[in-house]
Amino acid sequence: MMIKPLDQAVGSIDAMKAVFARDMKVAFRQRQDLLNPLLFFMMVVTLFPLGVSPEISFLQEAGAGILWVAALLSVLLSLDHLFRHDFDDGTLEQLVLQPQPLFLLVLAKTMAHWVLTGLPLVLLTPVLGVMVHLDGNSIAILCLTLLIGTPVLSLIGAIGAALTLGLRSAGVLLSLLIIPLYIPVLIFGTGTVAAAAEGAPVGAYLALLGAFLVLALTLAPFASAAALKVSLSNS
Amino acid sequence: MSEPLLKAINLQCERDGRELFRDLSFSILPATVTRVEGANGSGKTTLLRILAGLSDAWAGQLLWCGEPRVRVRESFLRNVLYLGHRPGIKLLLSPLENLRALMAGRRPLGDKALLQALARTGLAGYEQVPCRHLSAGQQRRVALARLLVADEPLWLLDEVFTAIDASGVSAIENLLQERAAEGGAVVFTTHHKVQIAGTKRLVLTPGAVGYDD
Repeated sequence: MMIKPLDQAVGSIDAMKAVFARDMKVAFRQRQDLLNPLLFFMMVVTLFPLGVSPEISFLQEAGAGILWVAALLSVLLSLDHLFRHDFDDGTLEQLVLQPQPLFLLVLAKTMAHWVLTGLPLVLLTPVLGVMVHLDGNSIAILCLTLLIGTPVLSLIGAIGAALTLGLRSAGVLLSLLIIPLYIPVLIFGTGTVAAAAEGAPVGAYLALLGAFLVLALTLAPFASAAALKVSLSNS
Repeated sequence: MSEPLLKAINLQCERDGRELFRDLSFSILPATVTRVEGANGSGKTTLLRILAGLSDAWAGQLLWCGEPRVRVRESFLRNVLYLGHRPGIKLLLSPLENLRALMAGRRPLGDKALLQALARTGLAGYEQVPCRHLSAGQQRRVALARLLVADEPLWLLDEVFTAIDASGVSAIENLLQERAAEGGAVVFTTHHKVQIAGTKRLVLTPGAVGYDD
């Protein structure tokens, strides 16, 4: 009997779903890791009133910025885990060898990362927003900017995580690589809330944030996939 | 003579400034078992990673079914199964969940077939236990259960016999032999004494390359 080469592979969408589902399952088996970025986010935001000034006027002015910076740093902290465990146990090799386009599978992994880190931060924001005396409108705008902004952070961060995968102490290098790319998102994220607080229209700001998201969605997975291949090739 | 599945022409690889092999040419035919041999550090794993498409640090030509591999990458990936040093098992998931995830992108099977495969590798009763509670050999067996449900014509197996007990080793020997009889091709590396009738040897020695049938 001859074994014929096979043609049909599983569709890309089904393969993406499987990758996403597996990442979610693994994350929920290790719940304490899920809490880390949230706790960090809460701690940083709580420390500001204690360390700088508990005055309402200061907090109202700086609150959105504090929340954005804290969210950005807590996403940054969680990035190293995005591919690291998979790299160590060999599942990343198997992912790269799947017949579906790698950028789609990486996109599925990045989406799982956002659902597990970015989205909880957005959900926690209203509570912390009240804590720093933001008014209702500002909190709503802040949540919206984080909802658009945190996926960009995950997508861009995935490139850095993939590039530094082969290195033993990747943490500092990862931050150095990624933070410059985060700056525009941070500026427009906090700018939106500042504009809203002054009563200016925020449509243009949100459109720019949306453009960042589209740009990251369309380009970052290709870059992450290429970086993953390089990192695996050198391991 | 049937057409080779994979043909390597003048492969050359350098690692950390040291040449592992050069002018390495060989064909992997259907229905054959090939054993890659060489001392530690002679480049067996590197060769298998190159063949699997994981490593880019090589020169030469690789043809899949007569076509340059880069041009038929998707079909190549679908047709080759690579099992490396790192078994690709998530320690937090159970053997069944691992197997399901590994097959999802290639050949989704019902749980019945997967449970059967796990039972045949001696993991009956452990299907739902997280893999971190299993022994090293049992974890290895989860990866091997994949071979029982694999339909890829070419298998690249790096050190599959590691941490497997004697009865397991002979079970794998039989599996590989059956696979070759069915028309599949197997390339493997091992430091174990393994008896598989008709095994070809691909010997990697620094500087020179031997290939005898």
